[in-house]
Amino acid sequence: MSANTHYLSWGRAHRFEHKPHKLAWRDSIELSNLSEPMLVQGLGRSYGDCCLNGSGTLLLSKELDHMIAFNPDTGILDCEAGVSLDSVLKLIVPHAYFLPVSPGTKYVSVGGAIANDVHGKNHHVAGTFGKHVLGLKLLRSNGELLTCSADENQDLFAASIGGMGLTGLIVSAKIKLKKALPVIDQEIIKFNSLSELQEIENASQSRYEYTVSWIDTLASGKQFGRGLYFRGNHCEHIKKSPQDYLHSNPKLQVFFDAPSFVLSEFSIKLFNSVLFHKQRQEKKLETVPYDPFFYPLDAVKSWNRLYGKQGLYQYQFVVPCDSLDFMGDILKFLQKSHQASFLTVLKKFGSITSPGLMSFPKEGWTLALDFPNRGTATLKVLSDLDRMVSDLKGRLYSAKDGHMPASMYQSSYPKLEDFSKLVDPKFSSNFWRRVNASK
Amino acid sequence: MQANRMVIIGATSAIATELGRIYATKRWEIYLLARSPEKLKILEDDLKARGAVATHSRCFDFAHRGNYQGIVDWASQGGCIDLLLIAHGVLGDQKASEESNELALQDFEVNFLSYMCLLNSFSKNMESKKKGTIAVISSVAGDRGRQSNYFYGTAKGAITIFCEGLRNRLFKSNVHVLTVKPGFVKTPMTAHIKQGPLFVEPHKIAEDISRAVERKKNQVYTPWFWWIIMTIIKMIPEPILKRLKL
Repeated sequence: MSANTHYLSWGRAHRFEHKPHKLAWRDSIELSNLSEPMLVQGLGRSYGDCCLNGSGTLLLSKELDHMIAFNPDTGILDCEAGVSLDSVLKLIVPHAYFLPVSPGTKYVSVGGAIANDVHGKNHHVAGTFGKHVLGLKLLRSNGELLTCSADENQDLFAASIGGMGLTGLIVSAKIKLKKALPVIDQEIIKFNSLSELQEIENASQSRYEYTVSWIDTLASGKQFGRGLYFRGNHCEHIKKSPQDYLHSNPKLQVFFDAPSFVLSEFSIKLFNSVLFHKQRQEKKLETVPYDPFFYPLDAVKSWNRLYGKQGLYQYQFVVPCDSLDFMGDILKFLQKSHQASFLTVLKKFGSITSPGLMSFPKEGWTLALDFPNRGTATLKVLSDLDRMVSDLKGRLYSAKDGHMPASMYQSSYPKLEDFSKLVDPKFSSNFWRRVNASK
Repeated sequence: MQANRMVIIGATSAIATELGRIYATKRWEIYLLARSPEKLKILEDDLKARGAVATHSRCFDFAHRGNYQGIVDWASQGGCIDLLLIAHGVLGDQKASEESNELALQDFEVNFLSYMCLLNSFSKNMESKKKGTIAVISSVAGDRGRQSNYFYGTAKGAITIFCEGLRNRLFKSNVHVLTVKPGFVKTPMTAHIKQGPLFVEPHKIAEDISRAVERKKNQVYTPWFWWIIMTIIKMIPEPILKRLKL
């Protein structure tokens, strides 16, 4: 057993002592003699506490990273749950395949992508990651190894997609990949107000596979609601072979916890302003490899350490609204609170539903904010936001959450009761204990 | 055209797995030897999915002396070996070895004697084909004896010297010998040790090995900074070293 027993999540605001247990070979995983509660952690990229299990057993799946089969004719990949999307891309891109859904980083495991039912810039046409999972092998703490799919053990299949690792250990999964070239025709369009954004959004949804916008939360006055809209499609022809566009490992790394002035309100304001003005023209067209398009933050290893020792809180919500009217209030509130969000991302989810019981996305707008952790002041802002989101009948994303009160969770996920019955009795997490606290 | 052939002894070790993956991506044919048939099956599937044109596997336990020539015949059938990696081993328990000659001998069988016999048998084959590279996992632990792990260190040191001799002998036959000296690696072998900042992922070690194979290096410290650390440690005079707690 490893002597390093402190594990933290990507947000670094939660840190607990664990009993780590490495998994490596899928034929010899034995859960029965481990102490409960247990939870699996893949690459630890969840921001909050859903990948942590303080004082409990933490099953580490990083070395459970074997491919099982890849068929370049059908585009079906069968692999162990600890395989990273980074490794998947290195395998499939040369064959002109791509991930059916890409989250904002490729350094997540396949198991984690399923357990959090991650989404990407193509949610409006492709749904969530779980929508492309053909089946999975689930190991329950009683030793049962179950094959779960839409036809077999359907209830556990639905519970495991977006199930935050609570239904047992996902050992392996079969995924249907998408045939696509690894280069994107990208357009970046400046918008100067929320109504301009709404217009661009309406005009883009049906024509572009990938859409997302970045918004400058600190711009006020005439610049209120400004930002950049990114949209793109996979190229249909490329000059070189797909292999030549394969990404490389990050060359930059943050080696230490940055002091707090690095991400102050001033520097965040400056950064966002530079980001907006860097592009001179109103609309920029370019052809870019997939790596900077989908995973810009992956270029800097351990970028989360820029937020300093205190870490950060991510806050992502979805509200079932077609119009952007709610955003005005949110922006005004953020500006008044003086808790600046460094990178703020806005995306319209489509109507495709996930097979997962506890999946986060639903039709409407989703906004992702990140706040350097300034203790109670930050938590106060988060609870004020909670109230606004609840009033709009919205909900929060568990993969990013580190503070949501139990009542909010219980009232915003209608299938919680069905899900709870399917949770493995020996599995739990800090998140799960928190949102079940005052039931 | 026939695919290049790689033979991995101790295939289920973390470093060997990662090196196998590098050559699978290059579409090589891979022969795997390890103790557990179940793990070999998992590894074969993994390497095939990643691009290996073919994989073959065979079980062998180096705790018991066996038919080493049989391994060479199996791994060289119908072609020649382009890259041989020998990577098996046990870290052993220093304190337990101090108490028991039997245990010390058992570990030495796995960590050195089997290496010697395998290298002896494989080198004859590769010498006759006049091509190929032999990469052998030694360790920084073999550079200098330390009270905390000199049983393991002795076996690794012996490998280093054996490889020097073999490299010298095979030079004229165009067979290259690479001695790999990894530092601390995050593997199941070291999972019980407190892991400091010097511990690196096995894929980093594998990348260094593949680069050293390409560049026909004689010896590689991996990660590179171990070269500096070991140069200093090797310079410490014995009268001082013997008083240190290492």
